[in-house]
Amino acid sequence: MFFGTSYILQQLFNGIVLGSIYALLALGMAIIYGILGLINFAHGALITMGAFCFYFIFSDLEWPFWITLLLAISFGGLIGYLLELIGYRKLRGSSGLSLLITSLGIYIFVENLAKLIVSPQPYAFNVPNFLNQIINFYITFRVIDLFIIAASIFIMSIFAIFIKKNKVGIAMRGISENVETAKLVGINVDQVIVWTFVVASSIAALTGFMWGAKYGQIGYDMGFMPGVIAFVAVVIGGIGSIPGSLVGGFLIGLIQTFVVSFLPTGWSIYRDAIVFTLLIIVLLIKPSGVLGRRESI
Amino acid sequence: MKINIFLSENNTKMSIWMPFVSGICILLLAATILNAVLDNYSIHIITIIGIYIIAATSLNLTNGHTGLFSLGHAGFMAIGAYTSVFLTYKVSLRAAYNLPVLPTILGGAEFQWPFLPALVAGGLIAAIAALIVGFPVLRLRGHYLAVASLGFMIIVASLAKGMKGITRGASGIQVITRYTSIWNVYIWVAITIFIIWRLLNSNFGRAMLAIRESEISAQSQGINLMKYKLYSFVIGAFFAGIAGGLYAHFTRAIRPYEFSFTMTFFIVIMPIIGGSKNLYGPVLGATLLVLIRYMLKPIEEYLGIYGLVELIYATLLVMVMILRPEGILKEKN
Repeated sequence: MFFGTSYILQQLFNGIVLGSIYALLALGMAIIYGILGLINFAHGALITMGAFCFYFIFSDLEWPFWITLLLAISFGGLIGYLLELIGYRKLRGSSGLSLLITSLGIYIFVENLAKLIVSPQPYAFNVPNFLNQIINFYITFRVIDLFIIAASIFIMSIFAIFIKKNKVGIAMRGISENVETAKLVGINVDQVIVWTFVVASSIAALTGFMWGAKYGQIGYDMGFMPGVIAFVAVVIGGIGSIPGSLVGGFLIGLIQTFVVSFLPTGWSIYRDAIVFTLLIIVLLIKPSGVLGRRESI
Repeated sequence: MKINIFLSENNTKMSIWMPFVSGICILLLAATILNAVLDNYSIHIITIIGIYIIAATSLNLTNGHTGLFSLGHAGFMAIGAYTSVFLTYKVSLRAAYNLPVLPTILGGAEFQWPFLPALVAGGLIAAIAALIVGFPVLRLRGHYLAVASLGFMIIVASLAKGMKGITRGASGIQVITRYTSIWNVYIWVAITIFIIWRLLNSNFGRAMLAIRESEISAQSQGINLMKYKLYSFVIGAFFAGIAGGLYAHFTRAIRPYEFSFTMTFFIVIMPIIGGSKNLYGPVLGATLLVLIRYMLKPIEEYLGIYGLVELIYATLLVMVMILRPEGILKEKN
């Protein structure tokens, strides 16, 4: 089988777009895992909620695009805050397993609440026309693709500065190194954990918009797979390393796109399965991930 | 350390087999009475409860007793279901339903397996799959198993969709002969509980509990972590395969999306709500949750609010986690 250069470039571009979304999700997963040691299944729920929040404000209330986007992101942050306050804070000090189970419960709760309130059918996701404009420049893409890449780079840069220079960011790094020591030097751990959830959740809500805009439809269970795959990206990139989780996200985006576009048609149903096969292979060969700290076995 | 689940220091042979034999007698007596008294629908629910008791009790071997959190149980059930159905499917129907005949090594074109060996074969294949997945994943500390086993379940579901030759893809397999009855389900319930009860009261079980309490101190006692984690994962998968086979021969139709995250979640929360450190916790959890499902299903359908059952499960789960983290039944000392 032979593929032309433009086709390969096109798929590379598509892979980077999908990878940007995964990388943003993985970023949120990585900071929560770094601080609480929690695989936050509820992260996927924020994707769904962000997408539906945007849908109802933009399509039903017809508010301007940028305000809607900001509202959707803040809504995600608010939900993240509430989940921390109502759910996770009560479990502080219990085993990591109870946190994991609770996050699973929260995910199922949100998914089925969405199913109950909206409907089991998928919704068509409208975005302003300028985002749907098609551009032909060697390869074909829409403005939304550029928006996704640009927004991802922007958020990643902001986050890099935040974690290096900002007081809360530095405290986050401190807690992920060692909670006890962080407490000893006077860091307000609870406050930093709240901030972590707010940041991660608002980014997840934004990716919900991106996902809907990219695929044109949203549904009550849309967030599950991206959320889980984001954690796989964290593991593949290397637990404890934020650049690693970004690398993992891009890697998975590229691999999923290539599976669909370069392998025979019958293979496209394996696009999620391949991600998890990759996970098992990585755990077998290099359990610390591509860029991770060494994990004792 | 040699494992002999049938002998440990303070048990005589009598005190081991007596509960098993009397348990089976009581169960079968109860089944006879219920069979005579109740209508078909209630029998149906009781049989479903039995199947989920097998699934939940075996899942609890890893999730509750060894302290590993697996989300892949529906995947193992799918393997058991598809394997056993492939072996027992009626020769006369195979051509009409596009299912290939058995290869010579499994008995040839004119042969269909009896139910029991096919069921056990399904369990064994599930156990082998657990061995292959467990080996890389269980080496790590932390909850990698949760995501990796969830991934395993997704891989199995994709394969069930993709391997159209033997699974008929997304349309699934229909008109499976109904071999499962209240009798064989509850005999398997007794076997599962008996074996897990014996395991927990042997060196093996004490090693598992030690791993749950602290991996480091277990290791310093000379317990081979990998060995016991892998054993509990594989034994759990075997009984999941059995439960899957029973399920397939009861509902008479299987589709790939049935063995999904919803099913895994359903099974995972049973031991947690019932009490995951108690042998009978999963039994209670399975009974309770299946009953809730069948009681709420008419309301859900009448009001057209789909998702109500799962919503109540999730609420129940989060409430149990916050208010009574050990579940309804506490650990027996």
